[in-house]
Parts: sequence; C-alpha cells; structure tokens
Amino acid sequence: MEITNDIQKLMLQRMWTIRTFEEKVMEVHEAGEFVGAAHPYIGEEAVAVGVCLALKDTDYIAGNHRSHGHPLAKGGSIKKAMAEIYGKVDGYCNGKGGSMHLADFSVGILGESGIVASSVPVATGAGLAAKIGKKDFVSVVFFGDGASNQGACHESMNLASIWKLPVIFVCENNQFAITTSYQNSVAVDNVSDRAPAYNMPGILVDGQNAEAMYEATTEAVKRARNGEGPTLIEGLTYRFEEHSLGLGRVRRGEYRTEEEIDKWRERDPILIHKKKLIDRGVLSEEECDEIEKNSYAETEDAVEFARNSSFPEPEDLFEDMWANPIPKP
Amino acid sequence: MAEKIFAEAINEAIAEEMRRDQNVFIMGEDIRLSVYGATANLYNEFGDERVLDTPLSENGFFGAAIGASLVGMRPIVETVTSFMWVAMDQLISQAAKMRYMFGGQATLPVVYRASMMYGSGSAAHHSDRPYPMFMNMPGIKIAVPANPSDAKGLLKTAVRDDDPVIIFEDANLYGTRGEVVEEEIPFGKAQIVKEGTDCTIVGIAGSVNLSLSAAKELEKEGISAEVINPRTLVPLDKETILNSVEKTGRLIVVDPAHKVCSAASEISSIVAEEGFWFLQSPIMKVASEQVHIPYTPSLEKLVYPNIEKIITATKKVME
Repeated sequence: MEITNDIQKLMLQRMWTIRTFEEKVMEVHEAGEFVGAAHPYIGEEAVAVGVCLALKDTDYIAGNHRSHGHPLAKGGSIKKAMAEIYGKVDGYCNGKGGSMHLADFSVGILGESGIVASSVPVATGAGLAAKIGKKDFVSVVFFGDGASNQGACHESMNLASIWKLPVIFVCENNQFAITTSYQNSVAVDNVSDRAPAYNMPGILVDGQNAEAMYEATTEAVKRARNGEGPTLIEGLTYRFEEHSLGLGRVRRGEYRTEEEIDKWRERDPILIHKKKLIDRGVLSEEECDEIEKNSYAETEDAVEFARNSSFPEPEDLFEDMWANPIPKP
Repeated sequence: MAEKIFAEAINEAIAEEMRRDQNVFIMGEDIRLSVYGATANLYNEFGDERVLDTPLSENGFFGAAIGASLVGMRPIVETVTSFMWVAMDQLISQAAKMRYMFGGQATLPVVYRASMMYGSGSAAHHSDRPYPMFMNMPGIKIAVPANPSDAKGLLKTAVRDDDPVIIFEDANLYGTRGEVVEEEIPFGKAQIVKEGTDCTIVGIAGSVNLSLSAAKELEKEGISAEVINPRTLVPLDKETILNSVEKTGRLIVVDPAHKVCSAASEISSIVAEEGFWFLQSPIMKVASEQVHIPYTPSLEKLVYPNIEKIITATKKVME
C-alpha cells in the first residue's frame, strides 16, 4: 500500500508528540504538580497513530484509561490535554475528567473510559447511528488485552457483526493487565483469534509498526464504509513503563524481566519509523531531529499553558451536569 | 380528552415521536412482536432499521444506545428493570457520568423504558423497583408515570430531553385506563391528584392509585387526605410537596421500592429538613419490606404497600 510522504512524516510527528507529552507528564507527576494517577502510553504510540491517521476527521474514536495517546493521535490540542491533567479550566473537560478521561470531542472522541471495556459498547452505538442514520462515518474503539476479557467486548462484537456496523475494534495488546500477563488471562494465543467467533476478520498486526497499523486500519475502514461490517485489529505492542504513575511499589522484576523490557525497548516504534523515513529519503536525520525538538518545545509550551491556567471556581462544581439543567435537590 | 389504556398511551407516544423525528428509534428484546405489550405495530410502520430486536446483551445494547445518542440519534431502549443489573456499567459509568466527566462535551438524549413487573408471582429475579438507586447517582432523570396520561406525556418529554432519562413503568398499570392529555408533561411538576386538608399522601408510580383509593376510604371516616403524584423523582418537585405539608401538617409517603434509602426516604428527609415546623406528627413511610420478593402469593402480598397499610399509617399520623 502506498502511504504518502505527508502521512509518513505526520506519523513521526504525532508519535513524538505523544512520547514527549508522556515523558513530561511523568516528570511533573514526580514533581507533584498534579494529583491522581496517569497511565503512560510510551511504547504503544504506533498503535493509536497508525489507526487515527487512517481515519477522517468525521470518524469517531473511543478509548480507555490509558487515554493520552488517543486524542493526541487524532489531532487534539496538546495544551488542552496538559491543562486537563493539571485539573485546570482550560482542559478538554474543564478539569473534571483528568488523566484517565482526556477526551477531546472536537476531534471526534466519544469518551475515554476509566472502566476497561466500558467504551466498547458506546463506540458500537456510534456505528449503529451511522447505519440507521445513513451516515458515512466509522467508529473505532481502543481497548486492551485485559479489557478483551470483559463481557462488554463480547456483546459489542456480536452486535456489530449481526448488524454489520462500521465499527473497528482495536485491541492494544500491551501484554499486561497491570501485572497479570496475557498468558495468564487470555485463553487463545492472540486476541484476534476470537474474531472468527463473531464472523469478522481478525488481523494481528505488529503494533510497533505505525505503517502496518495504518494499512490494517485503512482496509478495515474500507470494509466498514462499504457496509461489510466490523473488523478486529490486534496491535501487538508493549508497555515500556509501569501500569500507572505512582505504582512504584510494584517491582516490575516480579512480573516481567528486565531482559524482556530491554528487548522491547529495542523495538521502539519511533526509532523503527524514523529509520524507514531516513532509509527511504523521505526525511533526513536532521529533519527527524527537528521534529523531535519541536515536539519537546510544544510540550514545554503545553506545560506552561497548563500551569498558567486557573483551577475551576467553586461555582463550577455544579456546571456540566445537565444539558437541560434541573434545580439542585 | 380520550380515555386510553396505559400501554396504548406509551405506544402512541413512541409512534408519534418516531413520526416527528427521524432520529428517534427503538430497540429492545422482542419488541417487534410486542412481547411486553407497549410496542405493537411499530415494526410494521417503521421497519427493521428503526425498530430493532436485540440479542440478550443488555450491557451491549444499553451502551450502544448511549453511543448512538452521542452522535445525533435519540434512542428509546425498552427493558425490564431486573435486566438493568447486567447493564449497570453502561448506565452508571457512561450514561450518568459522561456529560459531567467530559466537562459538558457529551450530550446523551437517550431514554430507557424499564417496566417494573411486581406483585404477580414473578419472584426475586423479575420484580425489581430500583429507581432509588438511580436517584442516588447524579446524572439520570427519572420519571415514574402513575396513569396513562403520564405514560404518554412524560415519555414524549423524555424523548425530547437532551439528558439521559429512565422511565420506570409500573407494569401493574399497563392494563389500566384513564384520560390522556395529548401533550408533553414537563419534568419536575408534581400533580395534585386529589385535594385535601388533613394529611398529605405522596405516592410513587402504581402507589398513586392505591393512595387515592385509601384517601376515598378515609374520606368516609372524615379524614381529608391530599394525594400527590410527583411524576418525576429527578427532578423532584419538592415545592408542591412542601406546600401541601404546610397546609396539612402531616405526611405519608407510599413507595413500592424497598424501604431503606427509598424515594420515600428522600421525600421524608426533604420534608424533615425543610418543612419540619409544618409537621404536627411524625412522617410515615409505607414502602416495601426489606426482603426479596418471594414467589408464593401468600408471602408476596405482604411485601408491598397496599390500601390497608396506607389507611393504618394515615390513622396513626392523625392520632
């Protein structure tokens, strides 16, 4: 499949955006600049970026608690993302959602859910709306290998298949549900092996390869828009960091080896993609470095923006509850 | 005003809203053949794309309704209250919380019609009246129609409302007849079903009719009871209740839900907090006993509010 130079460059740029964003989030979390948990997407960037760049602006996505990569891959505002993590009024959700719910509806996000698999039925419903309303959009949902064991996934895949909905189920298989390994929790070798049970294609993709994710998604989108129904894409990837910031007490050596982590770090999705671009002459080494440098600068700007934004006022507590407000009880 | 049967009023509201707005559609289990009685002929008129029989996957299709509503549709979901338990994640984590959690970005005009089948030998797994649990969770509007007019008017309002709504339909009312006002009934406006001066009886859903029957009996004994139908529990029209208690000085709340943390508990607490000085006697709750619903008729009939219990409670507050 021909992938345009612009898309190839954008892949590198968006992956760097996510990487530098996440590194900064880890740094400012360590410094105590925001409260609560945060789940770094480092190592998995190629999945969200490859998928989202194969979509139109009018297509929808939904995601999970590891929520930072999805809006940034779809082109959401970096500043608003950081402000949300800081709990500020200029965040996507006016500070009410935080790290696990970085949902930017302006770029077609239907929610990032803190309950794993909970956004899978929601995204399926957007696909239903496309079918009933005879609209052209497709709906994509990101979920993990852990979430794949939830009933919500099973019910949604069955619904999407019997109704032939334009839904793409993207399993980000990072091989761990916190500390529980894939091998100890999933009965089949690959999550995508389950697809035939729902009478839909199941595609296993190298999740460190943004272009492979892009190609698989492009095929799935074509099927979806042609009314041929859903596809399950499994991006086999790896979580370079721990499940969540603040989980330092979990010694990773007890559930995965340093050798394993190092082996996967060699398969860094950014380095893999960068090498391709240089080998093909799409970008020079210097141009790649420029993209990296710009990402760090943009992230710095986002942190400054977040720091300077205000916390919500007490009167904001009751805002955003209702579309048609009702009296306080 | 024409007289209509409760289930027929629901059916008319659905059909009228589907004719009015192409974005309205309905889904649920066995609705094409109207197994639960309120969806007859919809399939014939609107076809398979707007009248969807679903697999037995409540968590899946309750959530799909949410997703469809987020992108411009106005789904109506038919279900039975006891089947809501397997879909609680979608109702709570998504429908109730989504708008607030995303800072007002999400708009979810989705309606769940949940029928409460109780008092008919359906046992513990088919007899739930769970609206108090949803009153406790912010984010969902709750309607409890008590007559055919409510059934139609509140459903039409629900479909046009931009927030998630659950309508708890008392299945004991499905076959009852009453005059129907052919217009939307606003949320948060209680109905004074019968005026009175000695005590206020607030009934929930099917308990409104029981309260009215009790009030008629009490009238013979010289007790003038005012009967109030709140129509919606979220929002709750506390002004109408407080104004009535200010006039009568006594309150009985009749609620088919379990007594602990019930709608009756909430209404009682509001009156205790905001209308304490109106009261001439303690508030009485007549609600379901804190046991599961037994199958056998000899025990099931002991669980729920009934006319005798309401009369006994009223006489107690009148002492």
